[in-house]
Amino acid sequence: MLQLLWIVPALPAAGFVVLALLNRRLSRRAAAVVGAGSVGLSALVALLIAVSFLISPPPGDAYRQVLWTWFDVGELAPQIAFYLDAMSVIFVVVITFVGFLIHLYSTEFMERDEGFTRFFMYMNLFVASMLVLVLADNLLLLYLGWEGVGMCSYFLIAFWQKDADNVYAGRKAFIITRVGDTALIVGLFLLFTQLHTLEIQPLMAGAAKEWAAGSGFAVAAAALLLGGAVGKSAQLPLQTWLPDAMAGPTPVSALIHAATMVTAGVYLIARTNVLYTLAPDVRLAVAIIGTVTLLYACFCALAQHDIKRVLAYSTMSQIGYMFLALGVAGWSAAVFHFMTHAFFKALLFLAAGVVIEALGGEHDIFKMGGLRRKLPTAFWAFIIGAASLAAMPLVTSGFYSKDLIIETSLGSIDGNAWLWLGALAGSLLTSIYAFRLVFVVFFGDQQTEVTLRPRWRMQLPLVVLAVLSVVAGFVWLPDWMGNFHPFETFLDTALPPMHTLASSFAYTGVSALLTSLVAVVGVALATVWLVESRAALKDFAARPTPHAVQGFWLRGWGFDWLYEHVFVIPVKWFARVARNDLVEPAFSGIAWLNLQAWRALSASQNGQLRVYIGVAGVGLAVIVAFVVLR
Amino acid sequence: MAAVSLDHGLILAAILFVIGFVGLLTRRNLIVVLACIEIMLNAAGLAFVVAGARWGSPDGQVMFLFVLAMAAAEVAVGLALAIRFRQSLGRLDVDDADEMKG
Repeated sequence: MLQLLWIVPALPAAGFVVLALLNRRLSRRAAAVVGAGSVGLSALVALLIAVSFLISPPPGDAYRQVLWTWFDVGELAPQIAFYLDAMSVIFVVVITFVGFLIHLYSTEFMERDEGFTRFFMYMNLFVASMLVLVLADNLLLLYLGWEGVGMCSYFLIAFWQKDADNVYAGRKAFIITRVGDTALIVGLFLLFTQLHTLEIQPLMAGAAKEWAAGSGFAVAAAALLLGGAVGKSAQLPLQTWLPDAMAGPTPVSALIHAATMVTAGVYLIARTNVLYTLAPDVRLAVAIIGTVTLLYACFCALAQHDIKRVLAYSTMSQIGYMFLALGVAGWSAAVFHFMTHAFFKALLFLAAGVVIEALGGEHDIFKMGGLRRKLPTAFWAFIIGAASLAAMPLVTSGFYSKDLIIETSLGSIDGNAWLWLGALAGSLLTSIYAFRLVFVVFFGDQQTEVTLRPRWRMQLPLVVLAVLSVVAGFVWLPDWMGNFHPFETFLDTALPPMHTLASSFAYTGVSALLTSLVAVVGVALATVWLVESRAALKDFAARPTPHAVQGFWLRGWGFDWLYEHVFVIPVKWFARVARNDLVEPAFSGIAWLNLQAWRALSASQNGQLRVYIGVAGVGLAVIVAFVVLR
Repeated sequence: MAAVSLDHGLILAAILFVIGFVGLLTRRNLIVVLACIEIMLNAAGLAFVVAGARWGSPDGQVMFLFVLAMAAAEVAVGLALAIRFRQSLGRLDVDDADEMKG
């Protein structure tokens, strides 16, 4: 069964080729069947593979499939080869399954869009690239997928390319992630020159053997890979592209900028965990970046009034949790949170898409309101998603994964009280902004008329994802709820086990109690502020200091302003100045010379037959004279 | 009848050729241009015949027959062109046909 592995990325790739070649000749229905069908089939094959992997694990708990040698230059002979272990199984299943649901949703969401086929073409290419990324056996193939998803992200953010703002947002995302990608490729160069291979498993074994803990190469390699991960996963300081990436269609935000691509950084760090074990300082940096980002994004999310930007900042914040988990060596916890986050954040985005469509493209939450009765499916989906995001105790998947991270951030040998406090504070803020969204959008007075209701292709993915958002957490229960953690057992075959100092009934119980308390307090605060005393909140927000703070958070703590002044304006200035440098005359001189030569030759072509004959005659006379008189 | 010497024959051919060539350069009427080409062809034919007589070989006269045949074909094509020319440009001035200028 595992031999079918290559089909999983090949199907969406084939879908891309078909859609690209037949582009305008396909009817919408055919494009939808090819686009969603290829990913659906891929999801089925992935499920079959996952089941057979679970029932009869391959020797060594990993399956390697070599397709062909990519190229062979000197020492470097990377193969097109896939590597399937417990971690890639989880990523592949989540990517194809959530990907299929979002494709199905898109067939209705994009129904009236003129770029329907183009949309599915890019989406299929994205899914194929993402699968290559998580299945890659060597870092170079991983890098191919990494760049592939970045490219598709650019295409899809700028999908509605007739609006210059969307194209700018696409360019911004592409260029900022490029900063991280450059660090990543330099990291690959370093690893290859030092360890002479890019195949992940031998590479990790080699690093563990040749490099001492804390040695310079290990730190440099880990830091460079972290640079790539930070760019792709929108962590500080390369986070500014993600909120603007919401310019793309909502299914794109759900698939690329919530469920899959932005977690590629988490995958990369978990995959190369050996390097981070060798470089404890860099790992601490991962934890700090995660914690700071999650708090930063929570504050930003509190002040936004574009529904998608709130969700974008919440994505950034949840990936911050994953980074925190990676930083305290809770590799499996990060993958667990990746999975639950993929379900509930895709759910939130898709529900937000229903709301936006229903109100004719309205993004401002303060123009929504009172949609509870008009859009019941979206309402319930949003409630479940928000509860999961806020880690409401016991009944949501987000609770189990986030509680595990919060607990690990203190209990792990690398954890400390500051990280724990940050994670807990972030949890409080998360539940406040999550339920602020729920109350503002679905309760209160209706502001805008509902013009469109979702049909089954948009409702079915919501229902499925809502169910998953509830049940996905039960695969790894904390110790106080019993000894049930198949997810951890499964992942332990691929990732180093988590070392927690305190993993007892009492410790996990108290931690869960605190997490629940914080979440409930957050919801209570949101209720009090937004439902009970909304007028008082308005008065408070209108005062100068809170107003200024809110503006500051709204603009993402001025990072855009800072980068604009530190990078964009100087570069533009330099480009303007450099236009007239010393080299320029040499090149414009060549151009001028060519122009003059062209003028002279062009003048001789006057179309006068008699002149041509005369010139030919003179030339003939010269040649004859030369031959005769020589 | 005294034989015409080679030099005289060739000088006559050269003079005819130059007359034709100068006519080609200076005259703008397409019919006259065609006539000039005929003169140049006959100059070349005369050179063949004179040279053939000088060496006592029939080849020169054979070549002249070829030149005649070719000249007839050329006139047929040239006159057809002249008709088309007149139809599309209204007159027969070769300087009017300068649409190919660069």
